[in-house]
Order: sequence, then structure tokens, then C-alpha cells
Amino acid sequence: MIIGSRPTKFQVVVDKNQCMLCGRCVDNCSYGVFRMEPEEIITNTRNCVACHRCISQCPRDAITIKERPCDYRSHPVWTAQVKENIFKQAESGKILLGGMGNAAQYPILFDHLVLDACQVTNPSIDPLREPMELRTYIGKKPRQLEFIQKSDTDISLVTELVPNLKLETPIMIGHMSYGAISLNAHKAMAKAVSDIGTFMGTGEGGLHEALYPYQDHMIVQVASGRFGVDVNYLERGAAIEIKIGQGAKPGIGGHLPGEKVCADVSCTRMIPEGSDAISPAPHHDIYSIEDLKQLVISLKEATEWKKPVFVKIAAVHNVAAIAAGIARSGADAVVIDGFRGGTGAAPSVFRDHVGIPIEAAVAAVDTKLRRQGIRNEVSIIASGGIRQSADVAKAICLGADAVYIGTAALVAMGCRVCGTCYRGLCTWGIATQRPDLVARLDPEEASHNVKNLIEAWTLELAELMGAAGINSIESLRGNRDRLRGYMLDQSMLDVLDVKPIGA
Amino acid sequence: MCGIIGVIDKQRELMDGSSIRDALSIMDERGSGEGAGYAAYGVYPDYADLYAIHVFYDNLVEPKTQVEDLLETWGMIEHDEEIPTWEQAGIPKIHTPWRYFFRPKTRLMQRSRTPDDEIVKHIVMEVNKSIKGALIFSSGKNIGVFKASGWPEEVADFYRVEKYEGYLWLAHNRYPTNTPGWWGGAHPFNLLNWSVVHNGEITSYGTNRRYIESFGYDCTMYTDTEVVAYLMDLLVRRHGLTQELAVRALAPPFWDEIERMPEDIQRLNTALRLTYGSAMMNGPFAIAVASPDSIVGFSDRIKLRPLVIGEHDNKVFISSEEAAIRTVDSAIKNIYMPKAGHPIVGRTVA
Ligand code: SF4
Ligand code: SF4
Repeated sequence: MIIGSRPTKFQVVVDKNQCMLCGRCVDNCSYGVFRMEPEEIITNTRNCVACHRCISQCPRDAITIKERPCDYRSHPVWTAQVKENIFKQAESGKILLGGMGNAAQYPILFDHLVLDACQVTNPSIDPLREPMELRTYIGKKPRQLEFIQKSDTDISLVTELVPNLKLETPIMIGHMSYGAISLNAHKAMAKAVSDIGTFMGTGEGGLHEALYPYQDHMIVQVASGRFGVDVNYLERGAAIEIKIGQGAKPGIGGHLPGEKVCADVSCTRMIPEGSDAISPAPHHDIYSIEDLKQLVISLKEATEWKKPVFVKIAAVHNVAAIAAGIARSGADAVVIDGFRGGTGAAPSVFRDHVGIPIEAAVAAVDTKLRRQGIRNEVSIIASGGIRQSADVAKAICLGADAVYIGTAALVAMGCRVCGTCYRGLCTWGIATQRPDLVARLDPEEASHNVKNLIEAWTLELAELMGAAGINSIESLRGNRDRLRGYMLDQSMLDVLDVKPIGA
Repeated sequence: MCGIIGVIDKQRELMDGSSIRDALSIMDERGSGEGAGYAAYGVYPDYADLYAIHVFYDNLVEPKTQVEDLLETWGMIEHDEEIPTWEQAGIPKIHTPWRYFFRPKTRLMQRSRTPDDEIVKHIVMEVNKSIKGALIFSSGKNIGVFKASGWPEEVADFYRVEKYEGYLWLAHNRYPTNTPGWWGGAHPFNLLNWSVVHNGEITSYGTNRRYIESFGYDCTMYTDTEVVAYLMDLLVRRHGLTQELAVRALAPPFWDEIERMPEDIQRLNTALRLTYGSAMMNGPFAIAVASPDSIVGFSDRIKLRPLVIGEHDNKVFISSEEAAIRTVDSAIKNIYMPKAGHPIVGRTVA
């Protein structure tokens, strides 16, 4: 039985009166939408993923892309998406893949939280005139300080602080591996974070030589595949992150298809060229928190206790208890990746249906760690779905020390969130290894854009703090009093531990 | 708004409450008649080594029995009485203030370095959290807090504070904005030997409250000031910081100031900010904290609230207004305003 063709998602129209037949759209579209005929540009609309590269490059604004309305019989349960997925799987018998973040329609909790501002009784602070401190230290802090008192006035500190990462803004860039994204994309972000005084993650793909100049601002990742991990790699990082899970695909491993494993990727990952790079779902040496503790300690030993070690997990319903275990494993920070976190490729069933939102996860973890009296000793990094500076402020109020952004940094470099990263054809030169496509991303320019984005958010964050009468980030952290829930039900308010508006 | 005045006599010479009453009244403009209070150190010489536990009772039956049961569980009530009051037109007597002189059984709290303090802290938290109709508002040794909803002079007359003699006084005139004026919300706030008066708002309250709660303190007063007393108790009594260092933790220097400090001082300040970042207080405030041998005044880091210091002979004054200090001591010459965030300490020498 033939299921037949499915309706196209987008409609691409070239305005003949405008088009000057320059052919840029043909060259720019790696998905094969455009074809040049002697007198006109022909489009194969079916191939379009709405990456908008053609539009951005057309000198005559001749191209229009529209979402084609669904022409199925409308049905509240058997939606177009559900039906199409069934069609695809009936044809292929395979797992459906998706790129970028969760594409299902869950309410966004950040948008149901509003920040507070001061009025008469309590002056707001003007960040243009008054100092605003966003500096953040990530890493273990002592529970209390110990002193020796020699005399009434002479008192000396005994406690030695362990190494922390010093961030000039609580915004970092999370882990996206070389392999999943291009070297130019990596270079651009690495330069941006070095300029700003913050950090980025290498992802699980090792550290390419081209990034060595920025190594003091790189957090090297150790994932279950152990790609590119050796002592040289560990020593180059400013911190080390053990990846247990990822928000886009909790409970499953990673898979970089062989086609993306070019010579350079193979060398950085320390695997043969053209072979699939598979990270198993679990680390095969970690089956308990004790095992994790051993890995944390081994990594610290290997680097002479000079580097903080983070542990990243996906936000799942039991995240608070897991994070408490991690805090006790000796890790310096726990990274929680919410279910809106992006990815190069994930089974869409995981991307869209597994895990919990970062807002609830951070709130629950912060509360649990406080109840156990250990919140202060470990840092919390929130990631997965941070779209704007307000989200950063809200995540910090809920209990995060800092955030990782991912998709936002890619968008700053041109990504249009078309969600087809897993095909390796990214027209923007971001999620691809095809040399002609990679060459489209100018690292200098892209770096400038990423830097601008983080700096702009940092300015906005300072303004939001000033409006709340707060001049240092420490006083925003876990400050749920500065948040109110808008149209949230009581159970959600309880989890977030925020009051409703008007209260 | 709010007006504060505090004074310590370094030789522990006693002062009665009348001039403090007048000084506070001078600042009536800073209040709204919804709360005022006084704390006096050295007022119970006959019971100096017992904890003076002051309680507001809504009635003298159920809550009182429960509080007394709890006290008897943890120690001995050596003496108790109603705190004498004289009804004032402006103060409807909503609560009955009572005081106990209490000796904890230290063997019941063996694992603490300060078992007797720990017992009393536990009782305060327990009563304020779970006994309806009872509120412990003062619990130190040889210390009394006298507070209610009303104007400064009414509250003073209600308790006849001029009858008490102390070597250290704190007083507060309240203009509540965040929370309703109620007796428990009036200042000074006290826990054990710490008493706090505060003018301003603590915008970091949410952070501070969650921090202090993770060390077993329960915030029950619906107002931001109580965390200051708890933070001082945690940092000084339990973590062993000096009062100056504790203030450093609560109102730390800015990072760029820290960076300009000599290396060892820089190390100390960095350690304080990293370790006690959640204890640091933000927002506009001027605060005076009293303990049996000192009074510490400090303001927020950018000085959004007024704070004036006066020194004369053996006395150190801390106030919102110079006029209040001059009301107590008209001959005073040395009056100045401290730098933002800098602690000013008056300490007893004897
Ligand atoms: S890029 Fe624009 S102008 Fe050039 S061929 Fe394509 S549609 Fe025509
Ligand atoms: S990185 Fe490229 S392929 Fe992936 S969503 Fe963005 S534009 Fe599309």
C-alpha cells in the first residue's frame, strides 16, 4: 500500500519581477531547493527547511517563504504532526530524528514568571551611575571560614579556597561538540567568551588545536564516549565537565554519523575517519554515585586538584535527589540541562517528551540542597531554553549561579532554528562539516555577534537587578521573593516556591 | 523611613531610658505610629546569668501552658512575671508581655559548643513557629526588649522605660511599608544576645532567608530585619567570625575595591564574599547591632540610608539623625558619617 506524498511544510516563491538571476540562492541552499533555468529560478519547495539562508543572501529580496497551512482534516487528537510521524515511520521503520530543542507545545514557565521592581520605599539603583556586580565564581565554597585569632586585632584566615572559575557575567556558552558544529563556529564562540571573561564548553568532541589560544576559557567535557580525552586535553581546560545526560535526550547517548567525521574531527576525537562516533547511554564505569565520585576524584587527581569538576545531567523528575548526590560526590558544580535544551540530533520522541523544564528543575534542586544545608558548597548552572536576559535573571532568582546558553549563541551567528542540524547541511556553516558550508561562517564576524549578544544581555541583567534594588548578583541568587507567578497553578507555585502576583 | 538610635557606655555606666525615649521621639517624623521599641543591656542584674525570655501572649491560657511546658522540658524557670505595663490611649493592649528567667539544662544539647545558647535558640524558633498565640521577642542574658505598635513615646510610657537602667540602649521608630504594623514586627529584633534595629529594606531578603533557613533558623516575623539577628548569630557565635568580619560579610566591599587591597587582605575579603555571598545584604539600609560588649553600626554599600555616629567621653552613639544624638548629649562635638558599608564599633572596655 502506498502512503503517498505528504504536503510540503513551506512554500518558496521567487518573484520573477524582482529576480535578477544571480544564482546566489542556488549556491546558498544546501538542501537543493533552487535550480537555475535559462529564464527563471525553479524551486523544489518540498526540500525547504526554512533555514532562510536564501532570503538572507538574495540581493533583490525576491524570495518569500511561507509556512503552508495544514490541509489535513483538522482533528484535536490526531494532529497533522502525529499523522505525519506515523506516515514517516510506516515508510521507514526507523527512529525519527530532530535537531535543536523541544518542538512540542508546552507552556514556557519563564513566561509565567514576572520580575519585581522597586518603587518608593526602596530606591531602584541606576547601573549607569552605581557599581553593579555581576562577577560570579563557580566552584566549591567552604561551608564556613576558619580563623586563627592571635590577638584582638590580629586574626588570620586558615581556610584555603579551592579553585573556582571567575566569570565576569553569569552567562556562559554550553557544550556543543566539534563534530556537531563546525570549527569556525567553535572559534567564533571561543573568541567571544575569552574577550568577555566568561567560559564555553568544548562538548564531547575533544579540543581542536585551533582552540588552544582560548583554552583558559574552555570547559573540557568528558562524555561516555571519552572522545579526545587524554591528560593533555584535561590540562588545557579551565574546568572539566562530566556529561551524564543532556536535556534534549535524557537517558540516551550520542551519535555523530560517520559522514560528519572528517579528517580533522577524527583527529580531534581520536577515532578513525568516517566512523560513527557513539557515546553510550551510560558511562560504562559509572553505575552509581560512588562510581561517579571515583571519576570526579580521578579527574581531579589527574589535574593535580587545580581544576573544578562539573557534572552535567538532564533535568528529570528526580533531579533534586540526583543533584544532591552529585554535590556530595565532590563535584564543584552541577549543570542541569532542561528539556528545552538543543541538540545536533536526537530521536524526536526524546527531544519532545522526556525530561522536565529547567525552571522547575533549578527550583527543586536549589530547595533540596538548601534543606540539606549544602547549597552553598556547590554551584548550580542552568541550561536548556535560556532565550533572553530575563530568562537569565529568572533562572538566577530560582537558584542558579550561572547559565549556559547554546541555541541563543548559534542564533547570534545566524542559525534560524530550522531544526535540521542532524542532516549536516546547515546552510549557515554552523552544524555542518562540509568545507564549502563551513567557510560561510566568518569566525571574526560571528564572534563579534556572540560577544555583542552576551554583553547586551549582561547590560539588561544589570538593569533588571538595579530595578530590583540589588547591586550584586549574590543577592539575586535564589531570591524567589523577586519573582511572582502569573497564571500558574498552586502546585507549580509550590514547586517553584514563588508567590502569585499581587501577593 | 524609620529612625534608629543606639548608645553604648564603654565603662558600662548605667543610663535610664528617659533620654533615649526623648531622642527617639525627636524622630517621630520617621515613623507612623505603628511600631516602636527599645532594647536595653544590663537591665536584669539580679538574674544576670539567666536567659531573660520575653513573650507576647495572645491569652494566658493555652499558649502560656505550651510555652512553659517547653521551657520546663529544656531547663528551669527560676522566676517569671508579667512585664509591667501602663495602658496608653494610643496602644490597645493586644498582647500580654511576660518574662521568664530561664536556666537551660546544657546536658540536653551535648553536641554543640554553646549548648545553652543552642537550647534557647531552639526554644525561640519552636515557639515562634509552632505555638499559636505566643511570640518570643527577646531571649538574651541580662537584656530586655520592650516593643509594641505605637508612637515612640507611647511605647516608652507603656513600659515605663525610664525605670530600666542599661549601659547599652537601642531604639527604633517604625514606618512599616512592606508588612502591617504588628507587635512582633516592631524593632528591636532580638535573638539570644543579639539585638538589631534597622532602617530600610533588604532586597536580598529572599536570598538571606533561604540561606539562614538552611542553618536551622526559621523566619516567622514577616519582616526582613529578623535575618540580621540570625545572620549575626550564625556568623559570630557559630562560625566564629569577629563582629567586624561579620559586617564585612554582610556589607562587603565591591570587587574593584577588593582588587586594590594588599594581597592577604584581598584573600580574606575574597574568601568572605565567596563563602558568605548568600549572607550579604543588598538594598537600602542602616543597621545597628548590639551585643553585650559592643554596638556595631553599618549602612548598605552605597549608603542609601542615613547613618550618623557620635562619640563623647565614654559613649558611642549611632543614629539616623544628628538631632537625636544631640537630644541625649547636647555637648557632643565628635559627630560624623561613616563610609558606606564600613562598620563602626563601640566596645566596652571593662
Ligand atoms: S538570490 Fe534572489 S535574485 Fe538571485 S537568483 Fe535567487 S531569487 Fe533571484
Ligand atoms: S544550526 Fe543550522 S541546521 Fe541547525 S537549526 Fe540552526 S540553521 Fe538549522
